[in-house]
Amino acid sequence: MAEELKLHRTWSSPFGLRIVWALHIKGIEYDAIFEDLSQKSPELLQYNPIHKKIPVLVHKGKPICESLVILEYIDETWKEAPLLPQDPYEKAMARFWAKFGEEKLLPSIWSVFTGQGEEKKEALGLAVQNLELLEEQLKEKFFGGEKIGYLDLVFGWLAYLLDVFEEVIDLKLFDAGKFPLLSAWMKNFYDAPEIKEHWPPRDKLVTKFQVLHEKYQTANPPK
Amino acid sequence: MISEDKNHHLKRKNKSSTQLIEMAEVKLLGVGGSSYSRRVEWALKIKGVKYEFTEEDLQSKSPLLLESNPVHKKIPVLIHNCKAICESMVILEYIDETFEGPSILPQDPYERAIARFWAKFLDGKCLEAVGKALWSKFGEEEEKSKQEAYEVLKIVDNELKDKKFIGGDNIGFVDVAANYIPFWLEIVEEATGVVLVTSEKFPHLCAWRDEYLNCSEVKENLPDRDTMLGFFKAKVLAATVAK
Repeated sequence: MAEELKLHRTWSSPFGLRIVWALHIKGIEYDAIFEDLSQKSPELLQYNPIHKKIPVLVHKGKPICESLVILEYIDETWKEAPLLPQDPYEKAMARFWAKFGEEKLLPSIWSVFTGQGEEKKEALGLAVQNLELLEEQLKEKFFGGEKIGYLDLVFGWLAYLLDVFEEVIDLKLFDAGKFPLLSAWMKNFYDAPEIKEHWPPRDKLVTKFQVLHEKYQTANPPK
Repeated sequence: MISEDKNHHLKRKNKSSTQLIEMAEVKLLGVGGSSYSRRVEWALKIKGVKYEFTEEDLQSKSPLLLESNPVHKKIPVLIHNCKAICESMVILEYIDETFEGPSILPQDPYERAIARFWAKFLDGKCLEAVGKALWSKFGEEEEKSKQEAYEVLKIVDNELKDKKFIGGDNIGFVDVAANYIPFWLEIVEEATGVVLVTSEKFPHLCAWRDEYLNCSEVKENLPDRDTMLGFFKAKVLAATVAK
């Protein structure tokens, strides 16, 4: 079974982690191939010629790219422990919020991380607004209900990266007092057994993002 | 689940109230000139679903629109059984899963993954690069944007080498996602004077465009070309003045 399924990922990418979590939840065995993005393997370039990015899931020799596409593929191929809701309307809601996460929330938080001066202030305002919208969506323990589902995996990066970003840029992005539900969700998600064993080492992450942050500071000096 | 049969059964009972139910069951808040809005219309046409279309004035959005899409306040919004679904690509999947009729997405999980990958590429990176290049006279780096647009268009052209449509023999999810290219792109080219697509450069893309515009679901459901051209020419004028 393991030879049939391979996952090209990196040690730190939240996009790759989504797939690791999904496969764990479903109890699926696979071979993990850790890529060095400065020296991408010939297989990766062959499997994802358009974007040359991870994650790539390779099932029986056939590659699937883009983490959200991979999540849906996994859910449709292995039916146990469903990640997405069954009802078409609920499914549409999950997809809507996933899109919001990728196209609005994540870029707004990334802009705070990379930005400076006025830009950073504006980005912070927007990021907080986006987090408020997300806070309103939490009705139960997880976005998926009582159990972790698709949306929890999509937003999972918040549970470990927000705190790393805050340390690196020395700025409070996330006021737990303002976001009690999201705060509780982050803790529950962080500690969940299917999730927790896969967290990348925090100190390594801090170093990585410190280096990245410096690059952005020097590339774009404050205006 | 709405099906043609179910509607037919209801019709026999009480025509006028059924018509109201039928009309009210599927509503689309959209804008005739928007490619995003037309994606949803063509998907509904593929399925043979009757719907009530409301043309929104984006300068004066209706309370229904603002209530149905509080997060983005954008069209298109599909309202089905009083529940609102937003984001055209999300709506497309919803339509495919909810209504009977010809499939918009393939059945096989791997084929579906490929379709979703291509739809994401076309709706995202591709559209972005093309849009940037078309308006590059008013932005930065005209030559660079054009090169980037050629690259993404070549990828699409290659994908169409042995196929009538990206979806195969019939238009499907990916073709509908790519709808800007066969219709709107050429009009914007005329308005801005930036030509990206030629049959020498992208022969398969051009062949696909001709087939696409001939599909019954599309042909009878396009905005008026002259109106669209007028709209884009006005945008060009505004951009010129701004520069």
